[in-house]
Amino acid sequence: MNYEIIVVGGGHAGCEASLACARKGHSTLLITGNIKNIADMPCNPSIGGSAKGIVVREIDALGGEMGNNADKSHIQIKMLNYKKGPAVQALRAQADKITYPKEMLKTLKNQKNLTIQEGMVENLIVEDQTVKGIVLEDGTKIFGSRVILTTGTYLKADIMVGSERKRQGPHGERPSMHLSDHLKELGLQIIRLKTGTPQRIDKDSIDYSKTSIEKGDSVYRTFSFDYPPRYKIEDQVPCHLIYTTPETHKIIRDNLNKASMYGGLSDVTGVGPRYCPSIEDKIVRFADKERHQLFLEPESLYYNDIYLQGFSTSMPHDVQDQMVHSLPGLEHAKILKYAYAIEYDAVYPTELKNSLETKKIKGLFLAGQINGTSGYEEAAGQGLIAGINAALSLEKKEPLILKRNESYIGVLIDDLITKGVRDPYRLLTSRAEYRLLLRHDNADLRLREYGYKVGLIDEKRYQRLLEKKKQIEELKQVLKDNKITPIKSTLDYLEQIGTSLIKDGMTLYELLKRPEIHMEHIEHFIKLDYLDEVKEQVEIQDKYEGYIKKANKEAAKMLELEEKKIPENIDFDQIHNLASEAKQKLKEVHPTSIGQAIRISGVNPADISILMFYLKKVSK
Amino acid sequence: MNDTIAAISTASGVGAISIVRVSGKEAISIVNQIFKGKDLEQVSSHTIHYGHIVEENEVIDEVLVSVMKAPKTYTMEDIVEINTHGGYATTKRVLELVLQKGARLAKQGEFTQRAFLNGRIDLMNVEGIMDVIEADTETRRKLAMNELSGKTSDLIHSLREKVVEILTNIEVNIDFPEYDDIEVLTNEKILPKIEELELDMKKILQESQTGKMIKNGIQTLIIGKPNVGKSSILNELLEEEKAIVTNIPGTTRDIIEGNFVLDGIPLHIIDTAGIRKTEDLVEKIGVQKSLNLIDKSDLILFVLNNNEKITKEEIELLHQIKNKNYLILINKTDLKQNLQIDQFDSNKIVWMSIKNHKGLEELKEKIRKLFELEQIEMKDFTYLSNARSISLLKKSYESLKEVKKAIQKNIPIDMVEIDLRNIWNLLGEIIGETYDEELLDQLFSRFCLGK
Repeated sequence: MNYEIIVVGGGHAGCEASLACARKGHSTLLITGNIKNIADMPCNPSIGGSAKGIVVREIDALGGEMGNNADKSHIQIKMLNYKKGPAVQALRAQADKITYPKEMLKTLKNQKNLTIQEGMVENLIVEDQTVKGIVLEDGTKIFGSRVILTTGTYLKADIMVGSERKRQGPHGERPSMHLSDHLKELGLQIIRLKTGTPQRIDKDSIDYSKTSIEKGDSVYRTFSFDYPPRYKIEDQVPCHLIYTTPETHKIIRDNLNKASMYGGLSDVTGVGPRYCPSIEDKIVRFADKERHQLFLEPESLYYNDIYLQGFSTSMPHDVQDQMVHSLPGLEHAKILKYAYAIEYDAVYPTELKNSLETKKIKGLFLAGQINGTSGYEEAAGQGLIAGINAALSLEKKEPLILKRNESYIGVLIDDLITKGVRDPYRLLTSRAEYRLLLRHDNADLRLREYGYKVGLIDEKRYQRLLEKKKQIEELKQVLKDNKITPIKSTLDYLEQIGTSLIKDGMTLYELLKRPEIHMEHIEHFIKLDYLDEVKEQVEIQDKYEGYIKKANKEAAKMLELEEKKIPENIDFDQIHNLASEAKQKLKEVHPTSIGQAIRISGVNPADISILMFYLKKVSK
Repeated sequence: MNDTIAAISTASGVGAISIVRVSGKEAISIVNQIFKGKDLEQVSSHTIHYGHIVEENEVIDEVLVSVMKAPKTYTMEDIVEINTHGGYATTKRVLELVLQKGARLAKQGEFTQRAFLNGRIDLMNVEGIMDVIEADTETRRKLAMNELSGKTSDLIHSLREKVVEILTNIEVNIDFPEYDDIEVLTNEKILPKIEELELDMKKILQESQTGKMIKNGIQTLIIGKPNVGKSSILNELLEEEKAIVTNIPGTTRDIIEGNFVLDGIPLHIIDTAGIRKTEDLVEKIGVQKSLNLIDKSDLILFVLNNNEKITKEEIELLHQIKNKNYLILINKTDLKQNLQIDQFDSNKIVWMSIKNHKGLEELKEKIRKLFELEQIEMKDFTYLSNARSISLLKKSYESLKEVKKAIQKNIPIDMVEIDLRNIWNLLGEIIGETYDEELLDQLFSRFCLGK
C-alpha cells in the first residue's frame, strides 16, 4: 500500500491533519486504533474556553474543521469574559460527546483522497534519516513519504487509580507499546507526562436544588465564520455549579497517602499539568482555601454522564465514593466512571522545527499531545499546521509559519519548540504578548489570507473576506466624514445616554472612541447599512485604536529581532564566553533567529549580547 | 574575546604610580616573560610580587605585580596588574613590551565590556563603574558605589515585582474567567495598587533628582540688573577674582562660571550679563543667553540693590523665576534701604553686604535648607543617578499615569494591561533584563580606555 501522507491517530490533531492533506489533494491515510474513537473527547465535554476558543476561530479561519464541527454538535455555548475587553473574549461550548465525533467521522468519510483504516502502529520505516512509511503490529508495512504522528496519550499509556497501574489508554483501549521506544532509537528525546480526568456522575442521582445554574448565552454565537447558527437558544442545556465542603477536604487529607501521586504508587515519574491540578493537589497547595469550585457538565443528550469538572483525582475507588458523597447535591450520587490519572510518553518538543517536522527525521511531523500539550484545541491547531506543512513540503513549497503577533497557534508552536515543556502545555491568553492583536473577532482578518494561499479556503469564502475588509474601511471613512455639532437635539441625546456633552463639532469616529458609546448610539445620528460583524469590527478598531497601535509597535520590535537570523550551521561551542547553561540551551533548541533565542529560558540578555557580537564578527 | 588585552588603567598625566592592566588567558605568561622576580606562573591567585620589568636584561622599571586568576577577577579572566613607578614614558614602555609579547591594546571600555559579557556585572553596574571613575567628590563616590553594589537594581526589582503582581492577578482573571473563587481584579481594585506604585515611582524620581544633583552638582545662576553686585557675590563665593568687577554697568558681558563645594555637593555657579534693556548688540546676546539659562538651572540667585527702587524689568524677571528654586539676595545693606520688600516671600530673602563680607554664611545656610543637603549626607544613596535610568523611569511613570487615567475612564482591563506590560519592560531595560542592542554599543563606547 502506498499513500502520499500517512496520519497516525484519529484524535483532534489527526482529524485536522488528515483533512488538510486530503483537501489539498494528496492521497492520505488516517490510521487509528479504533474508528469508534475518532474525534473522541475522553476528558471534558467542552470545546473552546479562554484562549482555546480563539484557537478554534483560527482553525476555522485557516480552513480547518473544529469550529464548524463544534457548531454542529454543541448543547450550550457562551462568550467568556464578555464584560472584559475584546482582547480576552473567547467562546466556550459544551459539545455533545456523541454528536461531535459522529459529525466529524461523517466529514472524514465524505472527504475525497482520504482513507480511514484501523491498525496499531508500532514502528516507522526510516532510511537515511528520512521517513518512508509505517509498520503495524502484525508487521504490515504501509508506505508514505510524509508521516504525521498524532498519537495523543496512547504511547505506553498507563491508567492509574490509587495503587493500581494498568497499561492501557483512555476507555481501556490498547496503547502503542513500542512506538515511543523506536522514536527514542531514532534519536528523539522522550519524556513522560501525566494527566487526569474526573468522575462521571449519573444525572438522575444528583439533587440539583443544592446547585446553582449556569446557562448558555441568550444571543446566538458561532465558532465558524461561514455558517449561520445551527441550534436554538432555548434548547441549550445548562451546567451547574457547586463547591467542595470542609468534609471533602478532610477526607482528602486523611487519605492523601492512598492517591497514586502522593505515595499510592511509588513509580510515578510523569509530570502533571500545572493548570489543571488534581483536587488533592489543589488542597495541598492551597491549604488555606476553604472551598473549591466544581462544575457539573452534561456530556451528551444521549446518555446520563455528568462530568464533574475540577475534581480529577488518583484516589482509589472507595475514597472517591466518600469524596463525591461529601459534595452538596451529590450525597447520593451514583458514580458511573471513576476518576483516573494517565501517564504516557511524549516527544520533547524542541526536537521540532517550527513547521512541526522533526529536526532529525525528514518527512516526519508530530502534532498534539505527543508534543507535550494538553487540550483538544491545542491538538487540533497543531494537527492543522502539521497537515498543511506536510502537504506543502510534498509540493516543495515553503512551510506555513504563523508568527506570535498573528495567532495563538503561532504562540503555541513557538513556545513548544523554543521553551520545551515540563508539564502538559496549556494555551493561556497570558502566553501571548500581543493578545490585543489576537482577538476572537479578527481571526478571519488575521489568517484567512493564509488559508486561501495554502488552498484550504475556497474562492467564495475568500471573496467574502475581501468584501468584509472593504466594508470595514468604508464604514470607518463614513464615521470620519460625518460630524455632530452642539445643537440642542444632539446635546439632549448625549445627555440622555449619559455621556459628556460636546462644545465643538466632533466626528462620529471620535465619538465612538468614548468607552460608553456604542455603534447603536452612532446609528442614532446616521443610518449604517453594514453587516453586524463589520460594525463590531469597526467599533473595536476605533475604540481601541491607540492601544492597538501600541501593541503593533511592540510587535514590530519583536519582528525586527526575528529578522536577525542565526545561521543553521552555527557552532555554539565556538562562542566561548557564553554561559554554559545558555550554550546548552542554544544547542538544544537551535533557534533560527535572535528573536527566538531571547525567548529561550536560561538564555539571558548578556548571552544574547555575546551571541550578537559573535554573529557580527563572523559576518565581517 | 579569546585574546589577551592590555592598557594603561590609570589616568594619563603624571602620577606617583601608574598601572598597566593585562586581562585574558595569556595574561600571566605574557607578563612573566618580561618580569624578573618570582615565577608568576607558580604564584597563588590574588597575590602581589616585587620585581623588575626587563627588556633583554635592561631594567625598565621597578614594579609591584598583582596576579589575579579567573574567575574571581574584574573581567572573570586572568588579570595581571603592573604597578609602575617611572612616570608616563616608562609606563608606556612597559605597555609596549606587553603588547610585543602578544597582548592586544584594549579598546575603549573593553575591560568592562568583558566583565559584562562574562556575566560578572549587569548593565546598572556598568553604568556605576563609569560613575566611580568619574566621581570627584566623596558623596558622588558613595552614590556611584551604590549602583555598583546593586542596591539600585534591587529598588527597580522591587518595583518590577509589584507590577508583576498586578499583572499576574489580571492574567488569572482572564484565563480562568469562570472561577469566582479567585479575586476578580476590577478596575476599582487595581486603582489603589496603581496609586501605590505611582507614589513609589514618584519618590524614587524625586530622590533621583537629588542623585542627579550630587552627580552633576547644582546648576546655579546669578541674575539681576547691572551693577547690583552679581560678580562680587560670585567672587566672594569662589574667593577668587574671576569676574571683572567694576562700577560701570554692563562690564560682565559674557557668562562667567565657577565651582564651589557645599557639604560635598558641587555648585556650578554662572554669573550672567546684567539683565536690562540694552542697545549694545554684544550685550544683547548675553542677555538672551541669561534668560535661556533660567530654564536649565536648579537654583537661581536673584540679586537686588537695597539702595534702589525695584524696576519693571526686575518684577518681570521675578515673574519668570517664580516656579524655580530661587533666593532673593538683597545686596548693599550698608546703604540706605529704598527697596520695597513686601511683595517677596520673606523666607527667600538673604540680606547681604558684599562690601563688608556680610550675609555669605546665611546664603549658604539657605541653600542647604532648600536642597536638604544635611539629609543627603546621612541618607543611604539608593536612587538612580544616571540620565538613561532616570529617563526610563520617567517613561514608566508617564505610562503608569496613563494606566491610571484609563482605569478611571473604565477602559477594559486587557487594554490597561498593555501599558502595565510596557512599564515592566521599561523597568527591565533599566537593569538590563530586557535586551537592547543599541544601548550596549553606546554604553561601551563611552568608557574611557583602561577600565
